[in-house]
Amino acid sequence: MMAQTELERAEETETMTVREAIRLALREELERDEDVYLMGEDVGLFGGVLEVTGDLYEDFGEERVRDTPISEAGFMGAATGSAATGARPVVELMFSDFAGVSMEQIMNQMAKMRYMFGGKAEMPVTVRTTEGGGMGAASQHSGTIHSWIAHFPGLKAVAPGTPESAKGLTKAAIRSDDPVFVFENKMIYEQRGEVPTDEDFVAPLGAAAVEREGEDVTVVATQRLVGESLETADDLAGDVSVEVIDPRSLYPLDTETIVESVRKTGRLIVADESPLSYGTHAEIVARVQEEAFFSLDAPIQRVGTPDTHIPFSPTLEQEVLPSGDDVRDAIDLLT
Amino acid sequence: MADFDLESAEGRLEALRRMVTIRAFDEEAGDRFADGEIPGFVHLYIGEEAVGVGTCAALESDDYIASTHRGHGHCIAKGLDPKLMMAELYGKADGYCNGKGGSMHIADVDAGMLGANGIVGAGPPLATGAALTIDYQDRDQVAVSFCGDGAVAQGQVHEAINLAATWDLPAVFVVENNGYGEATPLDKQHNVENLSDTAQAYDIPGLTVDGMDVTAVAEAVAEARARARAGDGPTFIEAKTYRYRGHYEGDEEPYRDADEIERWKDRDPIESFKRRLIDRGELTEDEFDDLQAEVDAIIEEACAYAEEAPAPSPAEAYDDMFVDTPPEIERFAEAARTQTDGGRAGYGSGDDTDGDHRGD
Repeated sequence: MMAQTELERAEETETMTVREAIRLALREELERDEDVYLMGEDVGLFGGVLEVTGDLYEDFGEERVRDTPISEAGFMGAATGSAATGARPVVELMFSDFAGVSMEQIMNQMAKMRYMFGGKAEMPVTVRTTEGGGMGAASQHSGTIHSWIAHFPGLKAVAPGTPESAKGLTKAAIRSDDPVFVFENKMIYEQRGEVPTDEDFVAPLGAAAVEREGEDVTVVATQRLVGESLETADDLAGDVSVEVIDPRSLYPLDTETIVESVRKTGRLIVADESPLSYGTHAEIVARVQEEAFFSLDAPIQRVGTPDTHIPFSPTLEQEVLPSGDDVRDAIDLLT
Repeated sequence: MADFDLESAEGRLEALRRMVTIRAFDEEAGDRFADGEIPGFVHLYIGEEAVGVGTCAALESDDYIASTHRGHGHCIAKGLDPKLMMAELYGKADGYCNGKGGSMHIADVDAGMLGANGIVGAGPPLATGAALTIDYQDRDQVAVSFCGDGAVAQGQVHEAINLAATWDLPAVFVVENNGYGEATPLDKQHNVENLSDTAQAYDIPGLTVDGMDVTAVAEAVAEARARARAGDGPTFIEAKTYRYRGHYEGDEEPYRDADEIERWKDRDPIESFKRRLIDRGELTEDEFDDLQAEVDAIIEEACAYAEEAPAPSPAEAYDDMFVDTPPEIERFAEAARTQTDGGRAGYGSGDDTDGDHRGD
């Protein structure tokens, strides 16, 4: 019920896209806190390859919206050192596939410093990065890696599915004193929705949103699959009552909201674009079976990418990418 | 304000004291590791004391340093407390990292020590980041990274220098060239004789100094610091030095012969600096013996402190992951604190396990 409650509480909202919602979040946080600055490849003058940072460079200047060289290890490490010494960097990693280039600084420095130092460091760094297939961008620009980051101890990971969450989660990430990755699915940047304009509206880390209430089956969906699952639920209305939950935050994960829903519906589908094996699906499934095994009336179903990379050819890409149709097939199987 | 300054007789004595302290600390750490009292890996700084101390002599006390896996010397040069260091080597709760870091990760960010580091080449990007904060917040500091000759073969080191150079950040890159990257000699790792030639690629000053001479190191770093503070960007300093011990304690060193070590010991950084102070009339042999005795007492006290310090409680394993601890970790912490279920908690305690609430 989180999303509805927050929206209901919001005094004013405005319709905007996911891209605009993120940009608004960045703008508000840059205005709110002098220690916040943005950096990444082409985020400044150019406005970001996916145009998320837009005109922020014009408004805040090159010190606060900083173009970096193409050196992911260098600037991810610099963000880590900068966060540990009192600033609040927000880094754009252009495509999440590029995390590979900077993984040392992410996994051994950013994630471990606070713990290894016995708490003698804070790590208020935000990493925004794009995920997902659907643009014909082929395997090195279409990956979905949030399971790696959510799996790695010491990092928090969020993945918005709506404009409202996009704004709220981005702001929560920037305000957090812990390292938070924001995974933006590039196919939903144009998706529109109501977004609270209150500058202090945040979507708390670790709080799921019940995007649609239902009685027969719970669909836990992330990113692009939130919208597609809601459409599927609409199509099935009258025949099957589908509850759609967007976990929003992958680590920490709001187990309680998901489990509560499964206790009600007895059926669960987990729809997430990441590869099916050993990942986000498995984590959600495991928690549900640990907490609510005896509430299940049917085997849990997973909808995701079948352990392939994302191919270039549109026919091949559509074959492997999970969609609302796959969610519908899973619902048919369970009901 | 600087802790000590080689321009004054008092500062020179302090530099000598710190070098002697590093050596005494590391000799003791080596012995205690060999005795099995210290767990894990231990990498000693013996022979390289002039680099760490010379560098820190040129820094203000609130400047930052990022260190390496051979970090004990940098810690002492920066003024960290040998008691808390030794307690950390012992894995005790009172150590710098509450027993979570050990020899390779001693850190005290508030004291400007951004951590020893277990990953070769990981420190320079962190120092670049600290320099970025300094620049961004208009603070009057610099950030220095230490790394070894082996690290200069790492991509992230070059990315860090390029970033700092491009942005004119107040950073100083000090490369401790001790002739070996772990067990492999320099000429099998690099195609240049002087690693400082690397600086040309970034259009920043690159200089090679005698890393066995604390004064030479301090002068180079002082100049680099002034340049950094003037907004002219980073400097690359290669200090040619030598490690007397193996890469790690227990290393049998089949890759070098004893003669080579002896030749370097003839230029020992402590002995030569001590001799210089005696020649200048700033120190007598007796005074040095007193200083050595004083340092030995400090190390003895540090060891006693470490031995007697309490071990961390098991529940502390769950502390310090995040500022805001998520329920995923908190449930384990809670269980360990109360020890009601053997200290481990899974999910799944809350289900209707009798099956009465199955759906239909």
